[in-house]
Amino acid sequence: MSMFSIFNVSGSAISAQSQRLNVVASNLANADAVAGPDGQGYKGRQLVFETVPMGSDASAGVRVSSVKESSEPLRRVHNPNHPSADAEGYVTHSNVNPVEEMVNMISASRSYQNNVEVMNTAKTLLLKTLQMGQ
Amino acid sequence: MFAQMTNGLDFHSKALVLRAERQRVIASNIANADTPGYVARDLNFREAMANASGSSSTLARPETPTATTHSAHIPIGGLSIGSLGSNNGLAYTVQSQPSADGNSVDLDRERANFVDNSVRYESTLRFINGYSKTILSAIQGQ
Repeated sequence: MSMFSIFNVSGSAISAQSQRLNVVASNLANADAVAGPDGQGYKGRQLVFETVPMGSDASAGVRVSSVKESSEPLRRVHNPNHPSADAEGYVTHSNVNPVEEMVNMISASRSYQNNVEVMNTAKTLLLKTLQMGQ
Repeated sequence: MFAQMTNGLDFHSKALVLRAERQRVIASNIANADTPGYVARDLNFREAMANASGSSSTLARPETPTATTHSAHIPIGGLSIGSLGSNNGLAYTVQSQPSADGNSVDLDRERANFVDNSVRYESTLRFINGYSKTILSAIQGQ
């Protein structure tokens, strides 16, 4: 039954998008995190998606191929009174850009919704196919 | 005689299989809307249908004519596209808005295609249902 593979395809996309939402959540949660004594602050993470063939060449799912750390420089803020300030009075924060993360979140959520809708439509069509001839 | 009666049913069942196939292709496109480097695909329904109803075997490989605009161009009609296996009338869609990551999925178009295809799938289903009802009432003779 060829239409059943839609559930695999859209399901893989949904799980990939929810992983993306997860990463966005951790990035946003750590947006204001301050680096510890070793000076290594939190680095924003991004997912890399990859097409994965499913059965025939007509259906292509998605999977997360890797999680990459952002290579942007860590944000340094002058705040000599902060307990984590270094000798020059700078505090190292994470390199997460909250605006980018919000955009990323909206994009992921829209893609998630699209795939849910695809699954719903496929389900309706399959149910109607089951009733064929009645 | 019965074969004549079910001819129309045959046609619609082939159409239904192709509609399901196209639905699958479009679902893959929507699933890969955020995958870098993914190239959107689509099923040329007219070609696939002509293939399916013309030859006895459904989904025979179509002879895709390629345009040669230069004398040095090599026609690729006879070549099979290695990784894609047998090509069931599947083609690559034309990119409407180029993107930096090489993804050619136009989500608006894909969603429109998806809805369009599901309506057509359902109408084919109704044709089949009507046809089978007709045959059934002919058999029962009531």
